Amino acid sequence: MYTNTNIISEYSQGPSFGGVGEADGDLVINVGPQHPATHGVLHLVITLNGETIKKVEPHLGYIHRSIEKMCESLTYRQFIYVTSRMDYLSSHINNQACALVVEKGMQIEVPERAQVIRVIMAELTRIASHELWWGAMAMDIGAFTPFFHAFRERETINDIMEKTCGARLTMNYMVPGGVMQELHPDFQKDVKAFIQLFKSKVHEYDEMVTGNIIFQNRMKGVGFLSKEEAISFGCTGPTARGSGVSCDIRKLYPYDVYSKVQFDEVIETAGDSLARYMVRIKELHQSIRIIEQLIDNIPEGDFQAKTKAVLKLPKGEFYTRVETARGEFGVYIVSEGGTTPYRIKFRSPGFSNLSALDTMARGEKLGDLVAMMGTLDLVIPDIDR
Amino acid sequence: MPSFSNITNSIHYWFNQTFNPTWALIFEMVIAGIAVISLFAILGLILVLMERKVSAWMQIRLGPNRVGPKGLLQSFADTLKLLVKEGLTPGGADKFLFNLAPIIAMVVAMLLMAPIAFAKDFQLWNLNIGVLYVTAVSSIMVISILMAGWASNNKYSLMGAMRSGAQIVSYELSAGLSILVIVVLTGSLNISDIIYSQADGWWIFKGHIPVVIAFIIFIIAVTAETNRAPFDLAEAESELTAGFHTEYSGMKFALFFLAEYVNVFIVCAIGATIFLGGWMPLHIGNWEGFNHAMDYIPSSIWFFGKTFFLIFVIMWFRWTFPRLRIDQLLNLEWKYLLPISMFNLLLVTAIAILKWHF
Repeated sequence: MYTNTNIISEYSQGPSFGGVGEADGDLVINVGPQHPATHGVLHLVITLNGETIKKVEPHLGYIHRSIEKMCESLTYRQFIYVTSRMDYLSSHINNQACALVVEKGMQIEVPERAQVIRVIMAELTRIASHELWWGAMAMDIGAFTPFFHAFRERETINDIMEKTCGARLTMNYMVPGGVMQELHPDFQKDVKAFIQLFKSKVHEYDEMVTGNIIFQNRMKGVGFLSKEEAISFGCTGPTARGSGVSCDIRKLYPYDVYSKVQFDEVIETAGDSLARYMVRIKELHQSIRIIEQLIDNIPEGDFQAKTKAVLKLPKGEFYTRVETARGEFGVYIVSEGGTTPYRIKFRSPGFSNLSALDTMARGEKLGDLVAMMGTLDLVIPDIDR
Repeated sequence: MPSFSNITNSIHYWFNQTFNPTWALIFEMVIAGIAVISLFAILGLILVLMERKVSAWMQIRLGPNRVGPKGLLQSFADTLKLLVKEGLTPGGADKFLFNLAPIIAMVVAMLLMAPIAFAKDFQLWNLNIGVLYVTAVSSIMVISILMAGWASNNKYSLMGAMRSGAQIVSYELSAGLSILVIVVLTGSLNISDIIYSQADGWWIFKGHIPVVIAFIIFIIAVTAETNRAPFDLAEAESELTAGFHTEYSGMKFALFFLAEYVNVFIVCAIGATIFLGGWMPLHIGNWEGFNHAMDYIPSSIWFFGKTFFLIFVIMWFRWTFPRLRIDQLLNLEWKYLLPISMFNLLLVTAIAILKWHF
């Protein structure tokens, strides 16, 4: 049977990446793949010297489902719904990206009503995703109660989605040309009630977590990512905006009706975990602002453009990007002119954000790793696809 | 209602009549032992359920509500489950230490029940150095945690045990200094003397500023000593998967679990005894009628009421605050709590000499 020293020496003889060798006295531990804090099956091999992290190696692939290969045998109407299963917390936004790329390829004009509905759904999804992120992050840091408060609001959003789209998590609602069906008659009333509920409860978030000195001590100065590093790793979304990089796709390359609504791009310059946290909290407020502007002014019209039953993209390459709750999600289609794509590539935001974890974590303590992973907001199925 | 001293005296008298003194003493000790063990078990059951219900109500949910009326029999279901679980000893674990660690934890908890006065004249052992005994015996807890972490042959357990050991040993200092504040004011280490000295008012009211500071530091220190959140790094589920008791299952885990909850009860009981007057009712100055009414409430209700209020506060902490990192935790103790406690001790000595307390 192994003793403690045998296990350590066995690990120490493995290959080392990133130029960091393993000195004597280094402990190599595995966090995951089954671990309460990694939010999915993520396997991290961490080299520790005492409590200080020397190197973090993510091992991916535990939930790789070859979605990109699967899409090669699905038609342009079918492949949209597999993407809901990738980043399941931003499922509407993922679907929106796929619908947009098909519309771009086939030059379909989406009616204004459908565009507005899409944006409202996308912003509701963003709020739901940030709520879950906030609750789960607080739980990882050790405060168990905010999780339930976050889900109280998220359940309201799920109920709204269920009435209109029929599902609570993987809402298959976007189609090339618009949305799949008409809004539920209660939609406007429900969303307005939700906005009132949210505004009355959002101060609790600041009181319970953001303003708590223990929480701030755990997040301030932890996991610094400089602006140059964020750009070089390809980080997008709140991860990069927390380091001062201006990369909100909704502002830089607007799609649907984002060019017509007023909202701010939230940027913080500190680059530490607290900055990334504040970016997402402020984004919650901006999303509510967008929904408020749109909910009373949903134009009349069709909810779906007239398209052929069988869609065929012309021969060529098409790319669209959207801003999901995690960052920039891109869909790249290579088409040979048939009913199914020749090759699809999904640019997942989590993959690039995760690659910055090693740089952020060097020199920090093991207890901070959980805080850093929380602020990266990783959803592993999105990374592995 | 008959005072407890009547009951204990009549039992003592009957035993001495029936048997010779040595046997009488042995029988009395056996009765005391059975009483302590059953109190340990009952408290474990009550506190486990209380934790689940209190946490649920703070989290906008109901908690256990299926087993028994309003879920009150949930603890029995939990106990039954833990009893019939397979107690797995990991291969390569040091068997003797692995089995010994939970037993030590439990024995320490039971030993600490001895000097606590549960009601008027209802104290197992009124020893002269009650306070010293409590601080000394509670330090033995560290040994059982370190044993558990080492004997599990598991990196995570070892790290958790090391962290926990460092934390407990550090916070014992602040807890001890806070208790010393009251000892200085009372002039005695005897728990009964401390309670009787609060007959005209609880120390937290009589001893104004230094005692309030000591009380706050005491509550923080005992939360850290019993490994409760926000100082529960040793058993943080999302970081090190249960720390030093990762490898324990079945009855041994149940013993650790119970020992933790009973420890919480004991430190709250000490806090209630020393700062809040133990079984002394609340008397306010010259309000004769009020004081008379308070006297009618039995002393055991006072004691348990105060203790359970402190337990509720400690549970409240757990579900409100995030966790501190190990270096922040030790920082808090060595850089903030300890200097404040030491200064507080000087302050209270000056106040006791100058008689500036009530």
